[in-house]
Amino acid sequence: MSSPSSSSASSSSTDLTRMTAADLATRIHSGEVSSVEVAQAHLDRIGAVDGDVHAFLHVSGESALSQAAAVDAARANGDTLGPLAGVPLALKDVLVQKGVPTTAGSKILEGWLPPYDATVTTKLIEAGIVILGKTNMDEFAMGSSTENSAYGPTRNPWDLDRIPGGSGGGSAAALAAFEAPLAIGTDTGGSIRQPASVTGTVGAKPTYGGVSRYGVIALASSLDQVGPCARTVLDTALLHEVIAGHDPRDSTSIPQPVPQVVAAVRRGQNEDLSGVRIGVVKQLHSDAYQSGVLSSFDQAVEKFTALGAEIVEVDCPHFEAALAAYYLILPSECSSNLARFDAMRYGLRVGDTGGASAEEVMMATRGAGFGPEVKRRIILGAYALSAGYYDAYYGSAQKVRTLIRQDFEKAYLAADVLISPASPVTAFPIGEKVNDPMAMYLNDLATIPGSLAGIPAMSVPSGLAADTGLPVGLQIMGPALGEEQMYRVAAAFEAAYVAEHGGVVADSAPALATAEVTR
Amino acid sequence: MSFDLDTVGLMDYDQAIETFDPVMGLEVHVELGTATKMFCACPTDFGGEPNTHVCPVCLALPGAMPAVNRLAVEYAIKIGLALNCEIAEWCRFARKNYFYPDMPKNFQTSQYDEPIAFNGYLDVDVDGEIVRIEIERAHMEEDTGKSLHVGGATGRIHGAEYSLLDYNRAGVPLVEIVTKPIIGTKAAAPAVARAYVGALRDLLLSLGVSDVRMDQGSLRCDVNLSLTPAGNPVFGTRTETKNVNSLRSVERAARYEVTRQAAILAAGGTIKQETRHFEEQSGTTRAGRSKETAEDYRYFPEPDLVPIAPAREWVEELRATLPELPWIRRARLQADWGFTDPEMRDLLAAGGIDLVAETVAAGATPAEAKSWWSAYLGQKANAAGQSLTELPITPVQVAEVVALVNSGALNAKLARQVIDGVLAGEGDPAAVVAARGLAVVSDDSALQQAVDDALAAAPDVADRIRSGKVQAVGAVVGAVMKATRGQADAARVRELVFTTLGVDPEA
Ligand SMILES: [Zn+2]
Repeated sequence: MSSPSSSSASSSSTDLTRMTAADLATRIHSGEVSSVEVAQAHLDRIGAVDGDVHAFLHVSGESALSQAAAVDAARANGDTLGPLAGVPLALKDVLVQKGVPTTAGSKILEGWLPPYDATVTTKLIEAGIVILGKTNMDEFAMGSSTENSAYGPTRNPWDLDRIPGGSGGGSAAALAAFEAPLAIGTDTGGSIRQPASVTGTVGAKPTYGGVSRYGVIALASSLDQVGPCARTVLDTALLHEVIAGHDPRDSTSIPQPVPQVVAAVRRGQNEDLSGVRIGVVKQLHSDAYQSGVLSSFDQAVEKFTALGAEIVEVDCPHFEAALAAYYLILPSECSSNLARFDAMRYGLRVGDTGGASAEEVMMATRGAGFGPEVKRRIILGAYALSAGYYDAYYGSAQKVRTLIRQDFEKAYLAADVLISPASPVTAFPIGEKVNDPMAMYLNDLATIPGSLAGIPAMSVPSGLAADTGLPVGLQIMGPALGEEQMYRVAAAFEAAYVAEHGGVVADSAPALATAEVTR
Repeated sequence: MSFDLDTVGLMDYDQAIETFDPVMGLEVHVELGTATKMFCACPTDFGGEPNTHVCPVCLALPGAMPAVNRLAVEYAIKIGLALNCEIAEWCRFARKNYFYPDMPKNFQTSQYDEPIAFNGYLDVDVDGEIVRIEIERAHMEEDTGKSLHVGGATGRIHGAEYSLLDYNRAGVPLVEIVTKPIIGTKAAAPAVARAYVGALRDLLLSLGVSDVRMDQGSLRCDVNLSLTPAGNPVFGTRTETKNVNSLRSVERAARYEVTRQAAILAAGGTIKQETRHFEEQSGTTRAGRSKETAEDYRYFPEPDLVPIAPAREWVEELRATLPELPWIRRARLQADWGFTDPEMRDLLAAGGIDLVAETVAAGATPAEAKSWWSAYLGQKANAAGQSLTELPITPVQVAEVVALVNSGALNAKLARQVIDGVLAGEGDPAAVVAARGLAVVSDDSALQQAVDDALAAAPDVADRIRSGKVQAVGAVVGAVMKATRGQADAARVRELVFTTLGVDPEA
């Protein structure tokens, strides 16, 4: 197996899909391959495997090729190309793209064509990144398995009978199935990190406010964050720098310069971690985690020690209440955010028989258009916000949130970054938890505290679990605006893994050659 | 048992006030005059084609996010300062959640328990007496769109065949100004309500933050009113009357509710807490949505917006830009002009304060300016069914006429004709004088001929003047004026008569 930075690969179209985004960009910029060839290779790959994986809800073949042709023309013209110009990407279906169907995985938006671009979509297009299509997700990003999509589940390329995580299972699976080298995810409680963890890919949730949410269909406004996904830390960092930055259209975006995460990755790849203090969170290491996950994590800790880092244990007592607080704040905000889907202006309209009142049409449409998990959370949120319960539920949850933030602040006095498993378990079989919401919610046990605190956090593959043979993710959490140290540690860890195994974890994902797929 | 109008009727107003004390709360919504909406860059202009002033934000398309209009915040702070409010050091928007088709997000972004301005007051002149209205709060929010119900009873949702939605108004910035309970005003309550809304309108206009057109809905008033048995400190159940679209309606709505509620209470009934609608035609209120089960708006802080923390320096800068408040300015002008209270009140009622001020600024004395605007031009406005400001004449033109009179070029009668000419669109006073040939005749040779003719025509009068009855000169002057069709300078004519007859009137 070759290292991701190897330049020995030939430029046959099969190989193009196995390359990293950084590699592809170099080759496109040098003229060794055209962006159109790269886009076509990925569209062919999608055609060959996506019938099984179902990572995409919509493939924008024509517009992808024309975007790629524009990059090739710009290059021929001698224009300066951005670092990722010409490289394909899979866009989570929760970000709007003008004229391209956007559903957020819900029936209630089936057939809707957004008349505008999300800020992130605009940044991608301006960077010359080729958007291949929209990826599958749990409906309105509510779920940890992508089984809540109204359009059917996505399958994990490592084992097609298993889930790819969620809500961004489509984006993660597209990476692991080599359908795209880059993807955009959104993370509310772990929707980037947990899918990355169970698919052996990399995904980062920036500091809250680090990337614009304008044009991102809201789940929970105070938690949602857009982030980059890829198969390597460097690719993730390259994409991070493209999408980050202040946006006046999103009042909650931070007026701060884009973090220099690519430089941080280069440093991590080239230097050891001596002098870096890495904190192991006591509360995120327990028997709630699968044994194969814990042993992979313990090996990661050893690897950090070998890299010269100082390992410290940190105590975050309020993390115990994180899940409960999260499942009050999220439903409260989402009950209000999803109120706009009322059949009056766009999307599904049910029961408009002529005699029906607007109120009846609204109710019929919402009844028919939302899936059970969405309804569950809307009801929960409306209840938590109702008069007489607000203080006990929403109010208390906000207090817990403050305490968790303080736990983190205290922990970062002792450590530069914190680590934990990204997901308590490896990919589980499709259907296993679909009727047990509580079991499903536990998938985000490790990722939710960071979401509540708004800190940057990412999942980097730490190898395959000894018990299941499936990918395990290591979560690295930085302090607010601490993206650079987070990426540096992630890059050092990945480099050590590559040195030992000859490639990143995703390189050992099954080939998924169509002939071998027997279903 | 039902206590509607059919069973109990209305109570006589005076009787109602003897039995009950009215308690009022007034909620005024002001549409701010910003060029763009509260949370997006769409125009706020009134009356565009339906759904042309919209964008992803104010249509609540999936993914769209609000961004606060800084000018709207500035206007809200100015309003708060002018109402003697404290300005919050830190405040937030909240979401008021309820479903309604003309509200795109199905929540209204509004301030809830953290208003930008609070704890203020407005001193209001009610028929010469100053009444202090305590202000609870002034907060920012966004307007809704409009529903147009087609078919069935006019404009009502019930029985309509279908409804059309226009989102042009959705997201227009509003400030809602809420009073504390207004108590102890007794019989004057309706007049107090009217005076308060009128004073608020003047104030907002002078601040330049709104065009305050009640007829276009840019200033809307809800009248909350309850009755409590006279002397009882416990508030009764209130009703909230909406759709009160003029100052007169504010007064009528309050008065009507007093008589309606008094009749029900006197008959042993109870007042239903409900929204009522004012009917302009009949001057009555009609029951609307019942509020017996109080709606739960599930308020929570708007997570898509960051808190607003107006810097103290900014607030002080805005305070320094506040114009002189209308009633303070009026007091100053009254002192400068030396007008009596009734004179000032009449002028105010006629909308003539600014006109007189500008006429004085253009050179007339206050008495001259007032005399033209409240007398002759007042009659003209009445006859035309217009307000003084709507008359097609400017204060500068009035001042020019005054100057012509003072120079002797015009007499009072001619001056009125010049004013008529200006009103008829014949141009500036000088142009009217020239075109109509209205200049006073002060050419002695022309006048001397007229005086000689008049004396020859009335020798008996000439004799009486010669014999010392100088007051008889009036008849001669009158004859000369008649002969010159009023264009003679009467004072000069008088002098010429005495000179001609060799009489010294002072002797
Ligand atoms: Zn708009």
